[in-house]
Amino acid sequence: MIISIASGKGGTGKTTVATNLALSIGKCQLLDCDVEEPNAHIFLKLQMMESRSVGLPVPQVDLEKCTYCGKCAEVCQFSAIAVIKKNVLTFPELCHGCGACSLLCPADAIKEVDRKIGTLEIGQSDGIRFIHGILEISEAMSPPLIRAVKEAAHNNGTTIVDVPPGTSCPVIEAVRGSDFCLLVTEPTPFGLNDLILAVEMLRILKIPFGVAINRSDVGDDKVDDYCHREDIPILMKIPMDRDLAVAYSNGIPLVVAKPEWKAKFMELFDAIDRMV
Amino acid sequence: MKSITVISGKGGTGKTILTASFAALAKSKVMADCDVDAADLHLILKPEIEREEVFEGGKAAWIDRDKCVKCGECTAACRYDAISDDFVIDPISCEGCALCYNVCPANAIEMKPSRQGRWYVSKTRFGPMVHAKLGIAEENSGKLVALVRQQAKLIAERDNLEYVIVDGPPGIGCPVISSITGTDLALVVTEPTVSGLHDLQRVIGLTNHFGIGSLVCVNKYDLNIRFTDQIESYCRSVGAEFVGRIPFDTIVTEAMVNGKAVVEYNEYGRVSEEIRRIWRQVDSRAKRI
Repeated sequence: MIISIASGKGGTGKTTVATNLALSIGKCQLLDCDVEEPNAHIFLKLQMMESRSVGLPVPQVDLEKCTYCGKCAEVCQFSAIAVIKKNVLTFPELCHGCGACSLLCPADAIKEVDRKIGTLEIGQSDGIRFIHGILEISEAMSPPLIRAVKEAAHNNGTTIVDVPPGTSCPVIEAVRGSDFCLLVTEPTPFGLNDLILAVEMLRILKIPFGVAINRSDVGDDKVDDYCHREDIPILMKIPMDRDLAVAYSNGIPLVVAKPEWKAKFMELFDAIDRMV
Repeated sequence: MKSITVISGKGGTGKTILTASFAALAKSKVMADCDVDAADLHLILKPEIEREEVFEGGKAAWIDRDKCVKCGECTAACRYDAISDDFVIDPISCEGCALCYNVCPANAIEMKPSRQGRWYVSKTRFGPMVHAKLGIAEENSGKLVALVRQQAKLIAERDNLEYVIVDGPPGIGCPVISSITGTDLALVVTEPTVSGLHDLQRVIGLTNHFGIGSLVCVNKYDLNIRFTDQIESYCRSVGAEFVGRIPFDTIVTEAMVNGKAVVEYNEYGRVSEEIRRIWRQVDSRAKRI
């Protein structure tokens, strides 16, 4: 079973829920798909076992073979290759790695080489198999790295996916294939607005979902009202607790700071298990 | 005209809260909400839309079933697993690369423009605002961010405004790079946590890479003073100017629930005092560029 933890709005507690759920279940996989700002590793005592570079195939033109016909530039939808008189310019950072230029080159003058976009690391911690991706700084394209993180996962057992904030391509890449998505929000106007966007996204993707409300006693009741109106199950509430906030700030998981929370995360897991 | 972009690396540190207050404090400005994925600034600024436009950022492939000969060339070529075994293209997976269109021997594939969002020019109580809504489950947010930023700049030039104040997205990827492109100054809002510091280092790496000057402030600084001090010394070591410590106060959420910027809701509170102090430093640094 794959459970993804997403939110729309940033900073609502996705990583808190994902890491504590994994720590409570024990034997599972945890994938940190927030490759722009990966944080889950901070809360685990990890032993890293493997590290490898992840690349995207980009064109390399053999000017000996090139006839400067311009086909590559014509087919590229991302303006990543240009033919100017007797020269071919490539813009690797714009390339989406689709392979059109090399496949369609009539002179067979283009081969693909890997351009590094990030690093994939695999580790373990008390029965948890952990995988995350670290996007290179100044690299724009995160979805291929997210895909690599998901491809490195085993297909059996329970897998928890920590998703980046937002509702566009990196989020979709991270949540697709999930059996269930838990949306973590907070009871504020920003929390509600972004929750609604995330709900619309999951409905399009046809992924079953529920809600966890963090800092549940601040703000107003509108998130509760919305969930009741839309018949969305509220599966967990975590109240605002300064001790928990301080533990979080020091990189200490909630279930370590307050072990009584382990039972609540197990209940959350059982509730999700029953719904899938 | 100077452009200031508020970013954070880590999400939920208070970018929009701060941007809304800057909107109230800056005298002559246009606001741009470049967090087109999960835009929130409108909840405080309550824009009245004056102009609405459709954003078409790209194309998606579509198979004409009458022409399709089911040869499988397209499925073999597609690297995004966007074409099903019965030759239907999933628009969410389609990257718009048009490789299938180019390899199809039966000319059965068309590239159709996909509607990917809307953008708006609005009037607010603090001045003009450019904002957008990305279509649900759409890509191309980087292009929409660039469009919002450029439209705000055009308004600033036309009306001879002093500032473009940009509310940026979280992270360090495509939309963030797009929102800081061409900006004069980045203000990074972080929080005193291990995650906040970790993410700050990556976002400063990004602004330094693009040669953009950064100012840093810590929100909810009193949650962990030790980390706030550590962030301040980190900033000193990388040449980022440390401009303020905003205390943790429930007034911030209260202002948000009431649809107000903190500096208007609680003008003389300690949070507002500190935000004004931060704005004065941003303003004076921007004027020196």
